[in-house]
Amino acid sequence: MSTELLDAPATQLDIDRSRGDFVYPESHEFDAGTGLSHDTIDYIATVKNEPEWIREFRHKALDTFLAKPMPTHWASHDLENIVFQNIRYYLANAKRPTRSWEDVPDDVKKTFERLGIPEQERKFLAGVEAQFDSEAVYSNIKAAVADQGVIFTGSTEGLIKHPELFKKWFGKVIPTGDNKFSALNSAVFSGGSFIYIPPGVKVKHPLQAYFRINAENFGQFERTLIIADEGSEVMYMEGCTAPKFETATLHSAVVELVAMKGAKIQYVTVQNWSNNVFNLVTKRAIAHEEAEVKWIDCNIGSRLTMKYPGVVLKGRKARGEVISIALAGDGQHQDTGAKMIHAADETTSNIVSKSISLGSGRSTYRGLVHIPKHLKGCKNNTECDALLINPTSRTDTYPAITVRGTGNSSQHEASVSQISQEQIFYMMSRGLTEAQAMSLSVNGFVNDLVRQFPMEYSVELKRLIDMEMEGSVG
Amino acid sequence: MFGQSREVQQTLKFMSLEIRNLHARIASNGTEILKGLDLIVEKGKVHAIMGPNGSGKSTLSKVIGGHPDYEITEGEILLDGTSVIGMEPDVRSRAGLFLAMQYPMEIPGVSNANFIRAALQARLPEGEELEATDYYANLYSKMDGLEMDRKFTARSVNEGFSGGEKKRNEILQMLMLAPKYCILDETDSGLDIDALRIVAGGVNSYRSPKVGMLVITHYQRLLDYIVPDIVHVLVNGRIVRHGGKELALELEERGYDFIREETAA
Ligand SMILES: Nc1ncnc2c1ncn2[C@@H]1O[C@H](COP(=O)(O)OP(=O)(O)OP(=O)(O)O)[C@@H](O)[C@H]1O
Ligand SMILES: [Mg+2]
Repeated sequence: MSTELLDAPATQLDIDRSRGDFVYPESHEFDAGTGLSHDTIDYIATVKNEPEWIREFRHKALDTFLAKPMPTHWASHDLENIVFQNIRYYLANAKRPTRSWEDVPDDVKKTFERLGIPEQERKFLAGVEAQFDSEAVYSNIKAAVADQGVIFTGSTEGLIKHPELFKKWFGKVIPTGDNKFSALNSAVFSGGSFIYIPPGVKVKHPLQAYFRINAENFGQFERTLIIADEGSEVMYMEGCTAPKFETATLHSAVVELVAMKGAKIQYVTVQNWSNNVFNLVTKRAIAHEEAEVKWIDCNIGSRLTMKYPGVVLKGRKARGEVISIALAGDGQHQDTGAKMIHAADETTSNIVSKSISLGSGRSTYRGLVHIPKHLKGCKNNTECDALLINPTSRTDTYPAITVRGTGNSSQHEASVSQISQEQIFYMMSRGLTEAQAMSLSVNGFVNDLVRQFPMEYSVELKRLIDMEMEGSVG
Repeated sequence: MFGQSREVQQTLKFMSLEIRNLHARIASNGTEILKGLDLIVEKGKVHAIMGPNGSGKSTLSKVIGGHPDYEITEGEILLDGTSVIGMEPDVRSRAGLFLAMQYPMEIPGVSNANFIRAALQARLPEGEELEATDYYANLYSKMDGLEMDRKFTARSVNEGFSGGEKKRNEILQMLMLAPKYCILDETDSGLDIDALRIVAGGVNSYRSPKVGMLVITHYQRLLDYIVPDIVHVLVNGRIVRHGGKELALELEERGYDFIREETAA
């Protein structure tokens, strides 16, 4: 990807997390109750004041969702433990269930401390406080880019205020019926971002959804659409490294990216939901001629994550990249990967995935690379490396690479390794404790990828790995 | 220790790395490698160990370092009078022991500078931070002394280093960690002629009345640079002979067979 984008120092963004003078303007208290039916859809569409076409879109999506079977013929059977009728599909603002600080598990509190998260923010993340005053920060970011004609807003506002842009691409990159969970999201989505970058505009600062989404208090069924018009550049950051303690156990987002001719999009995610969450996400981009899309993805939390960011390389010389790190701790399953669909000549794709499994954790890599016969000069490079920490840790790799046609090529490397006892002894003989030696090795293993994350993320990622290792060495 | 007063013996104890009747075996299969080994490395002295391949030299250094592959079945290892048996390798290291390994490990993704820094940081009391400027000043001066290019600070520890570069890097770590007792396991192997002189110079610069050294080597050549006070010969898990530095010369000339024959006789 362009060095300009890569080098854009994320830290330049002057974010003062301690400031929070925001008072929520209107306090909607909407709750669709538990369970999912066409009534739920009507409730959501009504309270959100949505245009008719969206209401219809949602109803159709619900039918698709109900008709589609669970993908358990290839995916984890843990999916069967999701009880769809026990879930709240729409819950706005103050109705968010709260708990007291005393109920927050000690390890979560400790993590907040170690990450140096401000007091106020800790309470929000732990679900103690219904809201987090991040609106101010969001407004700052929003105002800073508005001068350039950038639209940075929520999905609802996007579809209401910018229907012509929104309608053109919404549901086009990821059709409702792509999979059961994209259908679910299409039926009940709320929150998420809508972003439009006008032609030639290079957004200097990363757009951080963290603050916007916290301000809205959504995140369960996010729907994000980013359109980078010709020759524009943007970096978007989603999530945060702090563990987010959740009462809602099902999260299912859909993220669609459109990179027009020569545009560049970098989408950075750090996912650290608490270990009770099913995180079933569909992310895909369309890259037009000479466009570049790069997904930088890190999964630390959740019970089961299923996420395979993809790029449809639609225009000549388009380029797609997925950089992914997964950390599967005790009881977690990180089922992640990438999809690269080559659909034009001279398109290139690169997938680098590193996973770490510890305790009873399991990481799965699923890759799909498709280069059809009629194309010329396409290239793919896939590297996936897995590191197993304990004898009970597990990893599986399912690369599906179909490369046809002469002059197209794919390079695939995969490795599974364990931290060698010799390496640990070597480090300990220099005075590092076993836990320190382990975290240094693990950090070393992912270091080349962590460096691709914006600074503030990479520092926190390192600390999180340290903490996980401390736990694993006993 | 005949003829020494109790008092002298006591003082010596606190000034030495003492190995007493050490028996050690490979934990996984029970094979005994060290078969009653005695050795005292006093502060201020350089001891050399020579011995045929497979005689147990590296095993000795790893057992002293606390490598989990080996079990001690008998004997003692005393660091300034305190037994280190049962201590984790990192505790021994922080207590002042250093092993320059025959086969240094690679640590992908961890820069040399960060690694050494972490090792130094591990020696500080809780809550105290290593001062970065001082650290780098120290690191660079030690690297200059060893004629190491600055690019080695940013490279991953030993990854893709040549054999000689790895050995030089071991000595860099030794100088940075400032141990009380250093065990150098074939540090000379892999070093070219100039590198040998430079690295030996680095080791010599660290010789002091406060430091005891145990230098394992196959070649007399190293001992021309790092002149030992005593040379030991290790055969089949035991020290079978001691001598001055001329013993190394004799070994070079005659090989180990004559010692084997003599000990067998
Ligand atoms: N972990 C181990 N597992 C199996 N065999 C071992 C192990 N460690 C040492 N040995 C065996 O013990 C013997 C002594 O090995 P050691 O490495 O100590 O020899 P050395 O004297 O250092 O030899 P060299 O001069 O070749 O370095 C050898 O026969 C070796 O194969
Ligand atoms: Mg050896």
